[in-house]
Amino acid sequence: MVRLEPRRQHSQAMVYLSPVLAIFMTLVVGGIIFAFMGKNPFDALYTFFILPINNSYGISELFVKATPLVIIAVGLSLGFRANVWNIGAEGQLTMGAIFGGGLALYFHDSESAFLLPAMFVLGAIGGAFWAAIPALLRTKFNANEILTSLMLTYVATLFLSFLVHGPWRNPEGFNFPESRPFPDAGLLPIIYDGTRVHLGTAVAVFVVIAGWLLLSKSVIGFQLRVVGKAPQAARHVGFRQKRMVWFTLLLGGALAGLAGLFEVAGPIGQLQPSISPGYGFTAIIVAFLGRLHPVGILFGGLIMALTYLGGELAQITLGLPNAVTGLFQGILLFFLLACDVLTKYRIRFGSTAAKGRTA
Amino acid sequence: MTGDAGAEAMKGNAPAQLEVRGVTKAFPGCLANDDISFRIEPGEIHALLGENGAGKSTLVKIIYGVLQADQGDLIWEGKPVTIHSPHDAREMGVGLVFQHFSLFETMTVLENIALAMNDVRDMAVLRQKVIEVEKTYGLPLDPDRHVYTLSVGERQRIEIVRCLLQNPKLLILDEPTSVLTPQEVEKLFETLRRLADEGCAILYISHKLHEVKALCQRATVLRGGKVVGGCDPREETAKSMAEMMIGQKLVAPDRGKQREFGDVRLDVTDLSLISDEQFGTHLKNINLQVRGGEIMGVAGVAGNGQNELFQALAGETEHEAAPDSIKIDGKSVAHFGPRRRRRLGAAFVPEERNGHGAVPDMSLSENGFLTAFRRMALAARGLIREVPTRSFADNIIKTFDVRTTGSGAEAGSLSGGNLQKFIVGREILQDPGVLVISQPTWGVDAGAASAIHQALLDLAAKGTAVLVISQDLDEIFAICDSVVVMSEGKMSKPRPMADVSIEEIGLLMGGLHDLEADATPANDTAEVGGRVGQA
Repeated sequence: MVRLEPRRQHSQAMVYLSPVLAIFMTLVVGGIIFAFMGKNPFDALYTFFILPINNSYGISELFVKATPLVIIAVGLSLGFRANVWNIGAEGQLTMGAIFGGGLALYFHDSESAFLLPAMFVLGAIGGAFWAAIPALLRTKFNANEILTSLMLTYVATLFLSFLVHGPWRNPEGFNFPESRPFPDAGLLPIIYDGTRVHLGTAVAVFVVIAGWLLLSKSVIGFQLRVVGKAPQAARHVGFRQKRMVWFTLLLGGALAGLAGLFEVAGPIGQLQPSISPGYGFTAIIVAFLGRLHPVGILFGGLIMALTYLGGELAQITLGLPNAVTGLFQGILLFFLLACDVLTKYRIRFGSTAAKGRTA
Repeated sequence: MTGDAGAEAMKGNAPAQLEVRGVTKAFPGCLANDDISFRIEPGEIHALLGENGAGKSTLVKIIYGVLQADQGDLIWEGKPVTIHSPHDAREMGVGLVFQHFSLFETMTVLENIALAMNDVRDMAVLRQKVIEVEKTYGLPLDPDRHVYTLSVGERQRIEIVRCLLQNPKLLILDEPTSVLTPQEVEKLFETLRRLADEGCAILYISHKLHEVKALCQRATVLRGGKVVGGCDPREETAKSMAEMMIGQKLVAPDRGKQREFGDVRLDVTDLSLISDEQFGTHLKNINLQVRGGEIMGVAGVAGNGQNELFQALAGETEHEAAPDSIKIDGKSVAHFGPRRRRRLGAAFVPEERNGHGAVPDMSLSENGFLTAFRRMALAARGLIREVPTRSFADNIIKTFDVRTTGSGAEAGSLSGGNLQKFIVGREILQDPGVLVISQPTWGVDAGAASAIHQALLDLAAKGTAVLVISQDLDEIFAICDSVVVMSEGKMSKPRPMADVSIEEIGLLMGGLHDLEADATPANDTAEVGGRVGQA
């Protein structure tokens, strides 16, 4: 018989081991699925997880994909710590891209050095604005932010679609549903020649460090954690939950908006109907994979970025459907949550009687 | 195999109602029960004494089938039995009133009772029985109320009622009187004695040694998971039994010389509040003044507005009270949040330790920071100052003798008594001008309780105004200078401790107000407005 037995104190080792264990189990199950699809599991896993990063260009692409994931996940993790469940980062990302990208389109012949910083600011504002709506609904009407933020995602993506099909369509674009290309002054500089690694990647590293400082060292981070772990204790000492809802949603929204802007001002270079392969949703997995800790999120972001790259490669070389990417991401989240049980419980084999003899 | 108490009890030849033989139970990191043996005869009221952590709860859970012993036997009416589950235990005739209530919050009283019965066929019949038992034993309880709306005291009543419904052969009561008035305790004792006369064995667990003395014929004393002795409580003093429990001499709290009281530091005037909770108690026209150096007790049965009073004083509820209704050192604070009140020198200790007074998942160091970061300057420029934060926690641990692995230990890993010492210490080391403390020693072992009492007395001696909200009258008599009694959200006039008897307090707790104090009928639960100005 297998039993779960509560631990007296949370296992620190399992906090770090459980993501590793989850990744391992994902690989095993992934291999089995590949085998059922008639592929050699080892070849398939190799194609999926090793091939994409066995050259320097592949590694640079990994950073490009990880950038938005990490930036968004750091923002989300702060909210999750405080029990604020912002599921709508994808929408906030889109709004950030619309706000910041809109500025670039308005000044499409600008050469000003101020354009890019102004786009950063507007991108963050756009994301924060979109997250402010769930914050308002939650604090005023007690509406569940999970639903409101999620639903607003669809509003945002449809709004973007409307813009690029209509008013913001490139007049010289042969009727394709996409905007003008951004002017050079509105594009992120490449920080490593010959790759697509852009300024946003450096910003992501900065966000990780700032997030860690905020969470672990600052009073406001402490308040976040108390509000999340013991709401009554937070009330007792006067940490206001509503303030935390606003703070985390605005900050998470701003970071998602910034990440969205980085996508359109970086790898994409214009507005399109689709600007993200679900980074806003994948970032939720990244946040948990990284134990809601900024440094962990950095690693989590790289791993999830790999599933995107591997998925693309598996499509091309193995002829597997694109859904494989989402499948892997889902399996990983599933195992991660399951393995988390082990931080609070330990597994015991054998019956109680057997244990009695050893005690 | 047999311990002292077991050997002593072997005299009788008739089979015991229950005999515990060599029961051992280990948890990761501790041996909760170590070769425990004793017996309970039919019709006997047997006390199980011991500090928190002595292994009483574990033993009770084994008898009730919640836990299985690693070793040892249970002999029921002369036959060895294996009790796999509480269902088995109830089938045999064991009834248990848990110390920590095992109730479903979102279900009604009646549904909760039905859940604990082995076979319920007809809810209407059960309701009738419940009402009968309630009447017989004086335990008023509306069967259709949802549990989450009930106070601690009322929840315990459910537990008692649902045990009595099953006509048990062995009734186990774990700290049953902490939520009762002295008169209610006496009534419960009558019930228990009647049950015992009918042949029911009773295992009675309590910290209140004079109750044990009044009620029980035999006692088994546990310490550190072992039986350390047995006695006849009627021939012992409360002090000698306490010393047996803690294994050392007990020092009565030193009240020092008669303190001089200073100016009023905590001033509550005409505080009336409608509770946010659907079934909460409304505060009606509360008046009290606590002077520097004074310890005032707030007595009363749980659920009569003490929680609401605490929350109002601590600033946890955002309410519409007039700013002047609460003053700290002369400053009106009723419109302030907890942080501004603390900045004025007030400190608060809530009843619930885990999740209210402390965050169980966080380290002691962080829990020290929780309420002290402003007054102890543990933060600078929005960042936590790690070194002073840790040394503040270390200081609490050292000064108040908190048994723990260090300031990095999670608060949830501490025993109740040690965590309470930490929380009380955290507030006292901030040198508060006003301290409001709710149930300071609830569920705390005797050693920790006397340490906490001494700390409160020392704090008052330094000129702090201390308000102690407690259901434990012994505690109030041991440390307070004056007392007020809460009943149905109203408060009696303050009385000096020297002028008041335990019977008088008991009557006030039961809702019989002084004639001169209040002429309105006590069963009137109308809005606050109707009461203002009458007291």
